[in-house]
Amino acid sequence: MMDAVQNLLGPLWPVVWTMIKIVAIVVPLMGAVAYLTLAERKVIGFMQVRLGPNRVGYGGLLQPVADGLKLLMKEIIIPTAANRTLFLLGPVLAIAPAFAAWAVVPFDMTLVLADIDAGLLYILAMTSVAVYGVIIAGWASNSKYAFLGALRSAAQIVSYEIAMGFALVGVLMSANSLNLGKIVLAQSGGFWQWYWLPLFPLFIVYFISAVAETNRAPFDVAEGESEIVAGFHVEYSGMAFAVFFLAEYANMILVAMLAALMFLGGWLSPVPFLPDSILWLLFKVAALLFFFLWFRATFPRYRYDQIMRLGWKVFIPVTLVWILFVGGMMQTRWAYLFH
Amino acid sequence: MIFQDYVFYALATILLFAGLRVITARNPVHAALFLVLAFFTAAGIWLLLEAEFLAIALVLVYVGAVMVLFLFVVMMLDINLDKLREGFWNALPIALPIGLLMAAEMIMILSSKHFSPDMMSAPTPRPAGYSNTAELGRQLYTDYLLPFELASVVLLVAIVAAIALTLRERKDSKFIDPAAQVRVKRADRIRIVSMPSEKEITPETPEPAAEKKR
Repeated sequence: MMDAVQNLLGPLWPVVWTMIKIVAIVVPLMGAVAYLTLAERKVIGFMQVRLGPNRVGYGGLLQPVADGLKLLMKEIIIPTAANRTLFLLGPVLAIAPAFAAWAVVPFDMTLVLADIDAGLLYILAMTSVAVYGVIIAGWASNSKYAFLGALRSAAQIVSYEIAMGFALVGVLMSANSLNLGKIVLAQSGGFWQWYWLPLFPLFIVYFISAVAETNRAPFDVAEGESEIVAGFHVEYSGMAFAVFFLAEYANMILVAMLAALMFLGGWLSPVPFLPDSILWLLFKVAALLFFFLWFRATFPRYRYDQIMRLGWKVFIPVTLVWILFVGGMMQTRWAYLFH
Repeated sequence: MIFQDYVFYALATILLFAGLRVITARNPVHAALFLVLAFFTAAGIWLLLEAEFLAIALVLVYVGAVMVLFLFVVMMLDINLDKLREGFWNALPIALPIGLLMAAEMIMILSSKHFSPDMMSAPTPRPAGYSNTAELGRQLYTDYLLPFELASVVLLVAIVAAIALTLRERKDSKFIDPAAQVRVKRADRIRIVSMPSEKEITPETPEPAAEKKR
């Protein structure tokens, strides 16, 4: 059956086959995004001794569908003083890199859309491009609050990207590769071989920087509803507003996935007697995502100057020192500990 | 034409268009965004040349960091472009010959035999396992170690100079020492005094100071 279709399409077959693979990644991702919003409301609800959404469907399970429908029905209002083209381009630029980065994420030994050698660099580039959605939306809205949110976001993402990049330098020093699949395979050998142990400070720095990069609480000064109403998306409504949310949650899943791949052994099993499987990867991602929700329920929002101090004066020196330490140790006879 | 040629011409067209719009766009923010588009398409062309490290580094450094800060500044400036264009016709008699001269020089150099297709043959396609990133790293840290280190020292000096030039201590800045904030103990901030919960008020008692102030 596959051969028949292949012959029918001829030279177009690789394009069609890639499209099918893209859909196979994006559709489950959208589902995960929708149910992550429900999980967030439920988890935070339980942490605050409430029930969370529980009216639509059994135990509130259809709540994301209802929310999506509601936002689809709403009108997208474009402010008269806004720059129309850029106003509509903002949400697109927010969500496009959030999805594009998934092209190189491996789910298994063979289950990857594009197995490229510079996968890690590509992901870093895509996550750094994601800031354009926020900046353009903030500027095009022609509103003070939106603009302040955009400026805060730009400064924050540029600062934390450096710490994040240095944390990843440590990983590629240990793995000797920029290919995400090879990075995972370099960690094979069980729980104690994963990179969270030799690169522990980098793991912590990476995860906190990831929270900051995705504009999540306690680093959500770009939204900061108590100071600047809702920041960069204050003028957006309906589906345009929803797209920003989709991008934020898709980015959360992406950075959790990267942390799982680079520091927690990806799809590798923690113990030798259980087989490696994609289920391990999904479990690790879910556990890391729970931390995102937990942070939001626990920590008050950082002050802007504290965010800058943490990024520049704490994280960047920590990563630099640890990279030097790892590089130095690799010249000694304990080098095996860091590979 | 093979598929790569089509991709090249598509990217090159977008690149030229974006470059042209950078200098013709009326709004400076639009111009900066067209520059971003130009970087992106240039990265695409580099990818066609199998220079994936340079292509992604271009996106990462220029699009992801430099242009973000650039936009940051451009968005905050209130540039009146009409004022900038006022002197256009006065400057044209001088600018036009200079521009033509530069264009002529470039045409002469680029059409010389040093840039002919015979001198620079098309690179042979690399095998599938070839890692551009690893090769580049090896070259930088072996053959070009000294130039590389010199460049990094120059950059370091530039960073230190930029900070030294803009660093000034403001006397009236309300600086917060985070370490002091963290170190603070309960005893530093509150004092527990034992006070009787009830007190007999005699008529002669003067009013408390706080009451008087009001």
